Amino acid sequence: MAKREYSFYPGCSSQKAASASNYQVSVNAMCDELDIKLNEIPDWNCCSASIGYAEGGELPRLALSARNMALSEKFNPGQDIVATCAACWLATRETKDRLNHEDALMKETNEALAAAGLKVAANQKVRHMVEVLIEDIGYEEMGKHVKKPLEGLKIAGYVGCQTNRPFGIDGESFENPKYLDKLVATLGAEPIENYEKKVQCCGGALAFSEPVKSQAMIKDIIEAAYDGGADMIVTPCPVCQMNVEVYQDQINAKYKTKFKMPVVYYSTLMAVAYGKSDKQAGLDGQIIKATQLEAITRR
Amino acid sequence: MGDMNVVKVEAYRNSFLKEVEANVEGGQWVKMCMQCGVCSGSCPLGSAWDHPPQELFMMIRAGKREEVLTSSSMWMCTSCYNCIVRCPRDLPITHIMHGLAHYAERLGLAPKNQPTRKFAKLFWNNLVKKGRVNELKLGVALYFMNGLVEGIKTALKMAPLGLNMLKTKRMNPLEYVGGHGIKDAAGLQAILKKARAIELAKAKKA
Ligand code: SF4
Ligand code: SF4
Repeated sequence: MAKREYSFYPGCSSQKAASASNYQVSVNAMCDELDIKLNEIPDWNCCSASIGYAEGGELPRLALSARNMALSEKFNPGQDIVATCAACWLATRETKDRLNHEDALMKETNEALAAAGLKVAANQKVRHMVEVLIEDIGYEEMGKHVKKPLEGLKIAGYVGCQTNRPFGIDGESFENPKYLDKLVATLGAEPIENYEKKVQCCGGALAFSEPVKSQAMIKDIIEAAYDGGADMIVTPCPVCQMNVEVYQDQINAKYKTKFKMPVVYYSTLMAVAYGKSDKQAGLDGQIIKATQLEAITRR
Repeated sequence: MGDMNVVKVEAYRNSFLKEVEANVEGGQWVKMCMQCGVCSGSCPLGSAWDHPPQELFMMIRAGKREEVLTSSSMWMCTSCYNCIVRCPRDLPITHIMHGLAHYAERLGLAPKNQPTRKFAKLFWNNLVKKGRVNELKLGVALYFMNGLVEGIKTALKMAPLGLNMLKTKRMNPLEYVGGHGIKDAAGLQAILKKARAIELAKAKKA
């Protein structure tokens, strides 16, 4: 199989010793197995996620993503842009769509970019990593690489918001997307059917500014996974992962619950099923240890 | 920006809807709302909104300028995009919420102590400085945004969480002094400055 190459936008949370650094580690292991080459966009900047709007007006926010696109076009021409972070994907794709459809905006954006000697054409597709997996690789091919099936594990597929809305993945429904469940099954584990909180918002950035309100939602997300009999939760989004994993102590203290639910990335599951080590799968980055996955890597 | 507010009040004496259409991101869509209420039922933090999106759209048409722009409601938006995929009239509701918040901020009308407003400002300043977000500095600034005493209390409450992040190498204390950044931060700042200038020039004309 020929190597597939993409222009890669990793995003702030994936950086070394940042909150989703373990996501990046497992993505590397997964891509290595599937012969995917990620060419990092040189000198990429933050996209401002969905929270830059207080200070940053519309054009400055679009210009942030446009700068990344301009650098991608310049250094990785002819490649699709791929993001692993939901917010990065959303911000960049939204910018591309708008630049493609609004001539005045394209002109203004290029006026702004010219201040740093850059130019954007917005002619590269912007995709999330799971789209690459589903559309370019396919479930069947992904399944062929499984060396250690995740047998006996029950996993709740928590899709969340921004890897689902507004663009959707693989044409699936917004209210009941199935791609994580299909992926879980492909790896030999059992997806939790009818996981009712699969598209519930975790609060996103408001987990910082409105912790009490957000943690009430996070509690429901975890509770529904327990109700379905899940051993762990899997998610495609670094914000979801962090929000659902790291506040469990605080939630337990407030609600007298006894949550200890591991929350992993799809790429963690894939790296483990593909026979990678704990370290390569990023399992050492789990605050709530995924002991059942560790048992499989040691098998 | 206080005088900008005076200018806008003068210019749009008769129609707040027109003002929103000309000045707020996605504002030209507001008149398309058919008041079905689907969006209001979709907000995850719905019970915390004084005026959910549908109501804000109604208030804009009714000319309730002060009430809308000083509201904390649109700052409750989690950017979940539930509303957008459900709205029968395809309104870009999320963007209108961000747009209203930004316009209120620009006019100096946004509620000063709204926590998400403060967080959004910290986030932006953090990102503009180095081109990438420094989670640790952002986090520490966030703890202290309500003052020193509150900050120490929050920091203590969050300490176990920080320790967990540290132990799993998902946080690095050295970030506080140097940390992640881009090489061409000056270029990025020049782009943002130019973008803001273009936008403000248009805002003056609107
Ligand atoms: S869902 Fe759309 S049409 Fe219905 S009230 Fe909300 S904005 Fe208006
Ligand atoms: S994106 Fe904002 S306005 Fe829309 S449903 Fe979510 S919280 Fe409500």
